[in-house]
Amino acid sequence: MLGLAADRLRADMNRLLAFLFHQGILDEQFLQLQQLQDESSPNFVSEVVNIYFHESEKLLRSLRSLLMDREFSDYNKMGIHLNQFMGSSSSIGANRIRNVCVAFRAASEQNNRAGCLRALELLEHEYCFLKNKLHELFQIQQQRVLAAGVRYPMQNI
Amino acid sequence: MARDGGVTWRRTEKIDRFNLSATDTAEELHVLAVDDSLVDRKVIERLLRISSCKVTAVDSGIRALQFLGLDEEKNSNGFNDLKVDLIITDYCMPGMTGYELLKKVKESSVFREIPVVIMSSENVLARIDRCLEEGAEDFIVKPVKLSDVKRIKDYTTREFRVGEEERTRKGINKRKQRDSFDLSSSSPPSILSSSPVLSSSSPESQSPSPSPPSIPSASSAPSSPSPIDSHSPTRRVKTTSSE
Repeated sequence: MLGLAADRLRADMNRLLAFLFHQGILDEQFLQLQQLQDESSPNFVSEVVNIYFHESEKLLRSLRSLLMDREFSDYNKMGIHLNQFMGSSSSIGANRIRNVCVAFRAASEQNNRAGCLRALELLEHEYCFLKNKLHELFQIQQQRVLAAGVRYPMQNI
Repeated sequence: MARDGGVTWRRTEKIDRFNLSATDTAEELHVLAVDDSLVDRKVIERLLRISSCKVTAVDSGIRALQFLGLDEEKNSNGFNDLKVDLIITDYCMPGMTGYELLKKVKESSVFREIPVVIMSSENVLARIDRCLEEGAEDFIVKPVKLSDVKRIKDYTTREFRVGEEERTRKGINKRKQRDSFDLSSSSPPSILSSSPVLSSSSPESQSPSPSPPSIPSASSAPSSPSPIDSHSPTRRVKTTSSE
């Protein structure tokens, strides 16, 4: 019975990953992160991703507060936030988020406030979606560890 | 790590001469990583550690200079047990950019021999050129991958060994030194004759990142063999990192 659960979990995980890659939500940099995870650093991916979530939420809040300010004009500052967001997103393989940042930055460079607002909403939406999916992924992985640990020593996930 | 007898012999001789520790840690490169992004610091740290490097990660150019002991104009030789073998820095940072850090390092008589690698999320040719002209060893387009780290580790390791010889002959240009070493050494030619040009064509490296290292190494090209050597089996044997 445990074996079946482990198989089902692995299938769930693969299906989720396939979906994320196929939709371009994640790219090969995420795979690179997974390759860096091993027994000596068994939670590497979730650690990095959690740092990313933390930083992203700060950046999103800053961006929103900038744009909500009726007298907003500091596109330069917005550009700096966007570059940071773009960089960290690309470092973890958050491909779609990075692409929205690129469009956002283009609107910002044109001082196009309406365009920026639209881009920000899209960004917030993409971010929420990614966060949910990655949480789902980590949950499955944790369950796999539990399922495997009962019978076998922990293997690479 | 695979080593041939020639290299091991050389290292032992140097250890006796310079009273260095003969433990394995002397073999490990110490890399100073500079990036204002915590996510990127975590990733680069892991990439380096998994490639058997010691890592010190700092979040700004100023802190990097402090760590090196450069900003206080102190003689840093004594303080830091962990001599820095390579600096890898992000280009875009608030305060001091990676480019400015590069210039400071290259202006220092003490530290200019340390190879500096620039990372950037922007693939801007003008930026790459500017960094290479200032003496950067390489320019990596982010996101940084394991193949990038392996590549820079390859030629840094080589310079690390050759560098020990140079410290006894001060003031000689590093590249000229490498040339004369090629001619006089009895070590297998593959170790010394590979220039940084070749490291970019390591087997696993399929990354789209540019391979500009050929530009600064041009001064050593005259005595180096053609890039064809990069495919020679002897060079692969020298490669320390495993697949």
